[in-house]
Amino acid sequence: MHIPDGYLSPTTCAALYAAAAPFWYVSLKRVKRSLHTRLIPMLSLMAAFSFVLMMFNLPLPGGTTGHAVGIGLAAIALGPWAAMLAISVALLIQAVFFGDGGVLALGANCFNMAVVGSLVAYGVYRVVAGGGAGASSRRVVAAALAGYTAINVAALLTAIELGVQPSLFMDASGTPLYAPYPLRIAVPAMMIGHLTFAGLAELIVTAGVVAWLQRSDPSLLKDAAPRAIDAEKVAGDGAGRMGWRATRPLWIGLTALTLLTPLGLLATGVAWGEWGPQDFTDQQMRRQITAASGDQSPPPYAPRGLEQLASIWTAPIPDYAPPFLQSQIFGYVMSAMFGVGLILLTFLLIGRVSPLRRKKNRR
Amino acid sequence: MEHSAAAEAAASKPGLLQRLDPRVKVAGLLGFLVSSALAHRLSTILGVFGAALILALLSRISLRRLAKRGWAGALLFSGSIALPAVFLTPGRIIFRLPFLDWPVTTQGIISAALLIARVETAVTLSLLLILSTPWPLVLKALRALGAPVVLVVILGMTYRYIFLLLAAARDLFEARQSRMVGALKAAEARRFATSSIGVLLSKSLQLSNEAHLAMLSRGFRGEVYSLDEFAMRPRDWMALAAFAGLAIVAIWTGR
Repeated sequence: MHIPDGYLSPTTCAALYAAAAPFWYVSLKRVKRSLHTRLIPMLSLMAAFSFVLMMFNLPLPGGTTGHAVGIGLAAIALGPWAAMLAISVALLIQAVFFGDGGVLALGANCFNMAVVGSLVAYGVYRVVAGGGAGASSRRVVAAALAGYTAINVAALLTAIELGVQPSLFMDASGTPLYAPYPLRIAVPAMMIGHLTFAGLAELIVTAGVVAWLQRSDPSLLKDAAPRAIDAEKVAGDGAGRMGWRATRPLWIGLTALTLLTPLGLLATGVAWGEWGPQDFTDQQMRRQITAASGDQSPPPYAPRGLEQLASIWTAPIPDYAPPFLQSQIFGYVMSAMFGVGLILLTFLLIGRVSPLRRKKNRR
Repeated sequence: MEHSAAAEAAASKPGLLQRLDPRVKVAGLLGFLVSSALAHRLSTILGVFGAALILALLSRISLRRLAKRGWAGALLFSGSIALPAVFLTPGRIIFRLPFLDWPVTTQGIISAALLIARVETAVTLSLLLILSTPWPLVLKALRALGAPVVLVVILGMTYRYIFLLLAAARDLFEARQSRMVGALKAAEARRFATSSIGVLLSKSLQLSNEAHLAMLSRGFRGEVYSLDEFAMRPRDWMALAAFAGLAIVAIWTGR
């Protein structure tokens, strides 16, 4: 994850320093305003903590071990702006003193892990935790997701930065001058490790520490859960209406996404691997499949297994276009609403019969 | 902790780099780093690497220490990343591996060599700075070169507290291990690690409050002043000119 010097071209390094700089500036201003004279000791200790956290080796399921970067934990305990600065300082010390990550590549490492990582972790935590009470298991799940998502987004950014090097920086003979692998190799190589082991380590640490803090030091979780305190007060009055306020952004986002579904019509052709049996005999479709499969032409007839299985289930709304609707755009929106409605109904039913809910009601 | 003690010891030896003004060292070694990053030719990067080796020898920094602390790790990590590039980079095929029939291309070999050479040069240059300059002086040099004063103070404090927190973490493990017979199961070890991290987080915040109160009681009002006691001597100017000249030559020849 820590990109050493030599993998990125100096122009990429400069661009990523420039990308991180406004975030450093804004976060320093914001943190200074809220911490005043506490700024220096607070950030120093937190940077030291981020550094030491990476030394904790964690046994992972499957017999391997890994360590967390602590992006999620820092963002939850300190908020995204202070976390950004603390992790950047820890990365700087690692680069200069311990040679972990490059000095020229420091801007890139800070942008991926400290800046984007902190913002993603905090965003995911706030959205998933919503108005859940400070000691709720929902917050532990939110923390786990925050850590896992943040480390994977940071890894994806790292992979993209490494993966664009060969196409941008190559000499006349076609020799890659910096990181040698294109995106199609860099992205899977980076993501396989992070979606599994590194992501898992981050998930366990973030969730485990948040669960521990809930039991032992809940005041530390207040920065990232200001609404939780109100929620607990309101819950005491028997008003369970916090759900709407807490999840309002989610509902608005869901509605916007549903209305935007006709954008899918802009994509021409058929999705790779989602062919129907009749597509194998249609000449135009055959040409599309060949072009999308690296000039490998498909077999002349649909595989027998595909033909047999395809007839087992016929979708009620084929191709997101209900047969009774003339407008394709309206059909898309209707299909999205129908699908979202079904999913919500399923979760509502699960919620009704869930043992967790029964336990909460008894209490 | 051992590394930093060794770095302090190396920085106190009489040698070329140790005698130079820290600002010159930081600027000069950074210039070398940039020139090796900009170079498109393997020969130029190897030239910068050679210059770094000569500097190490003149500064009584043993090559064995450089190999142990930097080269071996970098070679293992970057070597394993660079090796597949020899076969995967498209280009002129020189030969095919027997049995496996994988093509080895000129472009692949040069690309892997460029990557490894750049990484090794960068590692050597940053080790040279750390092994010839005590950390407080590196920070002062950063300040003198225009780094924001808040950043420099935070870096200094962070560095000190890393050791304190490392010692606290070690104590946590020792306390647990001294009360335990046999090994923990994986799930228990995970629980122990996460609760130790939680304890350490609470401790860090508590310490930051105490440090803050201690600073306030000694008159801290949020402003930081640093003493700039560096003075450039003739040999520092000569060294700066040499660093700049070599870096420009490297950038010129490496195009």
